[in-house]
Amino acid sequence: MTMLTPNVPFSTGQDRAGQNRGGQDRAELGRAPSPTPPIRRIPDRTDAPLTALLKSWEALLLLLAAAIFTANSFASPYFLDVWNLSDATFNFTEKAIVALALAFVILAGEIDISVAGIIALSSTLMGATAAAGQPMPVVVGVGLLTGLACGAVNGLLVTGLELPSIVATIGTMSLFRGLAYGILGDGAYTRYPEGFAYFGQGYVWEWLSFEVTVFLGLALLAGFLLHRTSLGRAVRAIGHNPTAAAFSGLKVRRIKFWLFAATGLAAGVASVMLTSRLGSTRPSIATGWELEIVTMVVLGGVAITGGVGTIPGVVLAALVMGLLTFGLGLLNVSGIIMSIVVGVMLIAVIALPVLARKLSNRMRRSTP
Amino acid sequence: MSFWKSMVLPVALAVGLVATPAAAQDKIRIALVVKSLGNGFFEAARRGAEDAAKEVGNVEIIYTGPTSTTAEGQIEVINSLISQKVDAIAVSANDPDALVPALSKAMQRGIKVISWDSGVSAKGRMLHLNPSSNALIGATNLKLAAATLPDGKGNVAILSATATSTNQNIWIEEMKKALPTFPGMTIVTTVYGDDLSDKSYRETQALLKAHPEVKTIIAPTSVGIVAAAQAVKDAGKIGQVHVTGLGLPSEMAGAIKSGASKSFAIWNPIDLGYTATLLAYDLVKSKAASVAPGTKLKAGRMGDITVGDNAEAAMSEPFTYDASNIDQFAKIF
Repeated sequence: MTMLTPNVPFSTGQDRAGQNRGGQDRAELGRAPSPTPPIRRIPDRTDAPLTALLKSWEALLLLLAAAIFTANSFASPYFLDVWNLSDATFNFTEKAIVALALAFVILAGEIDISVAGIIALSSTLMGATAAAGQPMPVVVGVGLLTGLACGAVNGLLVTGLELPSIVATIGTMSLFRGLAYGILGDGAYTRYPEGFAYFGQGYVWEWLSFEVTVFLGLALLAGFLLHRTSLGRAVRAIGHNPTAAAFSGLKVRRIKFWLFAATGLAAGVASVMLTSRLGSTRPSIATGWELEIVTMVVLGGVAITGGVGTIPGVVLAALVMGLLTFGLGLLNVSGIIMSIVVGVMLIAVIALPVLARKLSNRMRRSTP
Repeated sequence: MSFWKSMVLPVALAVGLVATPAAAQDKIRIALVVKSLGNGFFEAARRGAEDAAKEVGNVEIIYTGPTSTTAEGQIEVINSLISQKVDAIAVSANDPDALVPALSKAMQRGIKVISWDSGVSAKGRMLHLNPSSNALIGATNLKLAAATLPDGKGNVAILSATATSTNQNIWIEEMKKALPTFPGMTIVTTVYGDDLSDKSYRETQALLKAHPEVKTIIAPTSVGIVAAAQAVKDAGKIGQVHVTGLGLPSEMAGAIKSGASKSFAIWNPIDLGYTATLLAYDLVKSKAASVAPGTKLKAGRMGDITVGDNAEAAMSEPFTYDASNIDQFAKIF
């Protein structure tokens, strides 16, 4: 009896540490999740900083982005045009902004798939506010607050009722979009106040759009929070082992609640931009975005099991996906092929490091 | 070691996928943007567009669209077309309003924009091509009914959708307006099947009993026409009562085969793609910034098309489907 029971509360933590970090305490470098090798090799020293950087997930993504960029420049005469590249960023910045916040949620071992539903409900309420004749700042405020409130609902369901986040957010995904359909039906809001178009169509300087500027600012903020503050360390610790984190004195529930609320707010920001870019709202707005956003986070090297991942990885993943779809679009590759390419790329990029590690382990073992 | 190995495949993949030669630049490039790819109706429209391109020569058709029917997906496609500096965009829109900013940008950059099939608000396009007009639909329904009556004389009845359906009521009104041009034909009654199969079926059964003098039923609704044909067949009145109206070839193939319906009408997607392409071509050639009502545009085998109010144009009367072509089109839509 006593031999068997003590394992239970700690077993997940042990497995996870073994899986994700391979015995090295280098979580900052964001290794890919990998299954435990048959014989665990414990290195007698860690890699030199430069080698470690080169072997990192971010280096792989950066090289992939550079390769796609170069290939696109050769393949299409329209690619290397600063305005075209600026236009291309509109296709992914809104999703990338949500991905930045969602990365924290996934790092903490949870998930939120209601983000597209939040965008729809937020956009619908903004439309209703605008239709009631409210000025632009009120409309934007309603959009952001709706996002925050929806995120708080998710946070309460997960931390208060202790529902599994996947179940809770599947529910709210339908709920938020359902409310949007309930309010709008098959109608549309098409009248937005003067100046509202700036958020999704405006430029801060020359070709630098407002959307990209906000995205870069938020990326810096997210990077700082995750990699330079105790909050970042706490989020990762929760993802690795919530029980251990709670015993270490971290306020696990409170932190998780605010991560969900922040993701809702980010969806609100994305909703303001998307609504402004479309100049109208229909309840079907942002359909299917939740999966694209989760794809970005996972491609960015954030382990879906939590604990491991970096913000530069997520930013690079957004860039890789944006460049790839834009490049293929310029060549008029059919969207059906495009979704196959994105799928293959995701599997390849995630499977390759695992494959390479297995191979190198085998080689090491055969040559003692 | 493992690092370099891990790099090989993604790079090869990326290079291999995008390294296809760019298209020739001197041709007029017209983009046919559809609601979603993998839809038979739009594949047929593409065939028409290719026909038109061959006919005028020196035109390249870019057939594209999102994989699901979303406005966001279409905007991505439109952005990419703007970047490629295509000459014209002809779009069947997933959303009449959400595409307006993207299409306005295209027009600012000198791209000619028209919508067809499913329209865009007037601000977002230079011209909208409707497959047909209400007057033409009304007249076609009567023409098809006349073809089933001896010498075009006799009693007909209408099976509509709901009593409040705007389209249906306009078409019925147009039929009544066109009736004097069909002497000897009388519209006995109008019944409403609410666009529900079972209600349309029951209404037709009741109609056959209450008005045995009715020789032809006109159902300008794709749900009603199928139900009416079935009711006529089940009542054993094939050959005595004919069903016609507006329907989809794939749903009406059985009724044509059984003889419950001799012919019916609906727009032809091949003609629609063909005409949209030629109108876009006309606009590129004319270099005009907008299209005034009353302008005549050339549309090849479809004849001249006059632009009406709100820069909307109607292609032609609906295309007639019968035993000679039903198999071909039943596969398309």
